[in-house]
Amino acid sequence: MFDNEELEQIKKQRKKWEENVVEPTVKRFPERKEEFKTSSSHEIKKTYTPLDVEDLEYVNDLAFPGMPPYTRGVQPTMYRGKLWTMRQYAGFGTAEESNERFHYLMSQGQTGLSVAFDLPTQIGYDSDDSMAEGEVGRVGVAIDSLDDMETLFREIPLDKVSTSMTINSTAAILLAMYIALAEKQGVSPDKLKGTIQNDILKEYIARGTYIFPPEPSMKIITDIFEYCSEYLPGFNTISISGYHIREAGANAVQEIAFTLADGIAYVEAAIDAGLDPNVFGKRLSFFFNAHNNFFEEIAKFRAARRIWARIMKERFNVENNKALRLRFHTQTGGSTLTAQQPLNNIARVAYQALAAVLGGTQSLHTNSYDEALGLPTEESVTAALRTQQIIAYETGVADTVDPLGGSYFIEKLTSDIEKKVMEYLSKIDDLGGMVKAIEKGYIQKEILNTAYEYQLNVENQKEIVVGVNKFQTDEDAEKEILEFDPEIEDRQKEKLKTLKEKRDQNTVKEALEKLKKAAKEDDNIMPYVLDAVKHYATVGEISSALRDVFGEYTEAIIL
Amino acid sequence: MENKLKVLVAKPGLDGHDRGAKIVAMALRDAGMEVIYTGLRQSPEEIVKAASQENVDIIGLSILSGAHLKLCERIQKLMKESDIEDKPVFVGGIIPAKDVKKLKEMGIYEVFGPGVPLKKIVEKVKEAVK
Amino acid sequence: MISEREVAETLSLIEKDPLKAKEIVSKYPERDYFVVGITGSPGSGKSTMTDKLAEMFAAEKDVAIIAVDPTSAFTGGAFLGDRIRMRRSVKRNNIFIRSMASRGAVGGLSPGIYDAVEFLGRAGYDIIFVETVGVGQSETDIVNLADLVLLVLAPGSGDDVQMLKAGIMEIGDIYVVNKKDLDESQKILVNIEATLKLSGIERDVISTNSITGENIDRLKNIVQDHLTVLNQTKKLEKNRKDRYKFNLLNTLFSILRTRYSKIEDLEKIISMYANEEGENNESKEN
Repeated sequence: MFDNEELEQIKKQRKKWEENVVEPTVKRFPERKEEFKTSSSHEIKKTYTPLDVEDLEYVNDLAFPGMPPYTRGVQPTMYRGKLWTMRQYAGFGTAEESNERFHYLMSQGQTGLSVAFDLPTQIGYDSDDSMAEGEVGRVGVAIDSLDDMETLFREIPLDKVSTSMTINSTAAILLAMYIALAEKQGVSPDKLKGTIQNDILKEYIARGTYIFPPEPSMKIITDIFEYCSEYLPGFNTISISGYHIREAGANAVQEIAFTLADGIAYVEAAIDAGLDPNVFGKRLSFFFNAHNNFFEEIAKFRAARRIWARIMKERFNVENNKALRLRFHTQTGGSTLTAQQPLNNIARVAYQALAAVLGGTQSLHTNSYDEALGLPTEESVTAALRTQQIIAYETGVADTVDPLGGSYFIEKLTSDIEKKVMEYLSKIDDLGGMVKAIEKGYIQKEILNTAYEYQLNVENQKEIVVGVNKFQTDEDAEKEILEFDPEIEDRQKEKLKTLKEKRDQNTVKEALEKLKKAAKEDDNIMPYVLDAVKHYATVGEISSALRDVFGEYTEAIIL
Repeated sequence: MENKLKVLVAKPGLDGHDRGAKIVAMALRDAGMEVIYTGLRQSPEEIVKAASQENVDIIGLSILSGAHLKLCERIQKLMKESDIEDKPVFVGGIIPAKDVKKLKEMGIYEVFGPGVPLKKIVEKVKEAVK
Repeated sequence: MISEREVAETLSLIEKDPLKAKEIVSKYPERDYFVVGITGSPGSGKSTMTDKLAEMFAAEKDVAIIAVDPTSAFTGGAFLGDRIRMRRSVKRNNIFIRSMASRGAVGGLSPGIYDAVEFLGRAGYDIIFVETVGVGQSETDIVNLADLVLLVLAPGSGDDVQMLKAGIMEIGDIYVVNKKDLDESQKILVNIEATLKLSGIERDVISTNSITGENIDRLKNIVQDHLTVLNQTKKLEKNRKDRYKFNLLNTLFSILRTRYSKIEDLEKIISMYANEEGENNESKEN
């Protein structure tokens, strides 16, 4: 980017600077730390210059926004055309309460719905299962059947909203319910817009709501890809997630490396299933974390876009430019929030959100400040939404695309992250691919080591957490947190009982048998799942049927 | 002759967040203890059986899904039935202040919320066994 | 059969003080029982194998499993990670599973294990599976402890090279080549059969898939046959006597390894060993 003469001059001045300006200063005022490092142990220099980016080529490495490799953004106008979607994750207790929260958020200006499901729903257990005891309606809404789905979306026109469902092992079931519900509203499936997370690999790595072993789980995912490419072209069929991997303790490089490695595994699986990456590539979406180290995060998002575009092009020979684009949703890092001095979290979330916007996210969830204590209150959720609105309307950062592009620091960091990510991808290839790497426990071990090291650094004050290991105060007031209604479980059980009495047991049984047969014979299970949910088969019943055929996953042991 | 502390670190219920449990297990191991980390999705029955057969000195439960009261209740009950209710139980996770009280009344020895240093946890574990 | 509580607590006392352990154990009446050792490289599928075999035998007998894991030389702590691999066995009421850390012992076992095994036998368990720390070059003490040793090998565990080193090959009574679905597994099987043939040694060799369960019931039958022979030839009692001597030696070494060994302890264990030798010589003369 700079000509050789200029670079030589800069080199000369740097030498002068280091010897005549820096040295005397540092002798009198030593720096605050011995070394300055990012989360992924990148050493940060005093300052960055053209010398740090001398190999960078604008056209090939950066390009204009909306052109491969999309480093600067996946669209040419980005937020000048349309702001990022402000999508706050919500859902708790009953479908009725969730529905109310949805209507509230929509009235406050939220532009997309995001559904959280409780653990039994995510893991394929009905609310009356013994495994579900104590967990019904806790971390999200309990959905046992199409009945509950109808309540969840009451008076919400499915052709007018975009719904993101955080559901993985049971994604086929919940998606089928969404489709069935739309049908009842008179909305054809091709009008539906939204996303299902549907990313099983990260469940094995970091989130834990798996059911079946990797192979059949990958099959279900490609079934969904296939079905949706035909009937729900407007739906994002996977949200390849790094958020949870980061939350589990990974650093920024690992977050990107393991997420893209998962992506590679899904693309390979889909290609093996006969799908065209030029087509389904357009419907892949990603989900990342917005963490603390501001500039590293921004660089991380840019690196991710560039790496993915290159992988799709070079590794999978994708020609359709739209299928090279890494589009992503971001959530601010929950694990960075503290229970101590919760108001501090508002500042944390604001900086993390800003990094996500400067990094070019397509949609964003900002955490509420009381989340280290429990589910957020209406007030705190509103404040979190306002944080986004203030960035969008008051700061001016959305007025140009990739404002930090060209910063020597940001470009160097972007390239360094890319390098380290590629090293990991190579290692994973050597292990036989992501599924093997997960089965061997390699990914989990890497993450755990980083997490442990970080924890030890917090304890010896190498890492500071304001309010926790520095600037602590004596706290007494018990914060108001959202109360959980213990009656929910009983009410759901009642609902289930009534449902099972009302419905036609025989058609349910038949539908489940057909589903099992399709699963055994390697057919696409979606039509059969759809049929089952229309007859009011429950999440638990459908999951059990599939468990009978596919078996259950046993955790890789690393300790 | 050999006085090693034996600790069970368990993840009861459906919660899949195991970063904290694993880190605590590593810290305890690095402090010279013999640690059994159970992995995810343990039923109260499995946890108590392991605690009994292995005759651990301490039981550690990690619960971040909010189901701590129900799960601890069940576990305490089973511990009583298996004659091991004397073994101290530590609970770690997202526990609101008023539930901490309830847990202690149930017989839980100590509750650790987010941000408690590993050093402190190791200390408390050693204390509990004396 | 004594209560699980008593078994669990007594095992802790045994682990705590290997010298006192012998006193504790002697309070229980002697009994015949089998010790089956399962050893092999890490990653060979030992735990899954142990789990499945234990479950099968538990249909007719009371079974105990001791799983040994390595103690960290730096910290003195250990992860006892075998129990959670035994998903079937943990569900059965007549299977007792106990994890023990090696605590510095070099032979693949742990200081208190001999007494633990003897105690479990006397407590009423008919078959005791002992799963050792993976086999390197020195983890061969299992031969002294067990009536029968299963050596589990599998591709990817470095077994091709490792096992051909002297000493490892001889410790197995039954060679189990796991991960049957992999091509490499066939190669290892062929290698072993060839080596055995060349050395003129006859052993049972079987290939299995511990995940799908393929051939595990055949393996169970082979083990059963061996145990039956041991019973018929009255080898069990002799084995127990030999085991006791190794027990004393093992305790001697672990006392010596302790920095603050008491002379009285050393004297006591040496005299116990001398007694055994004396008794042995007497019975030989008779």
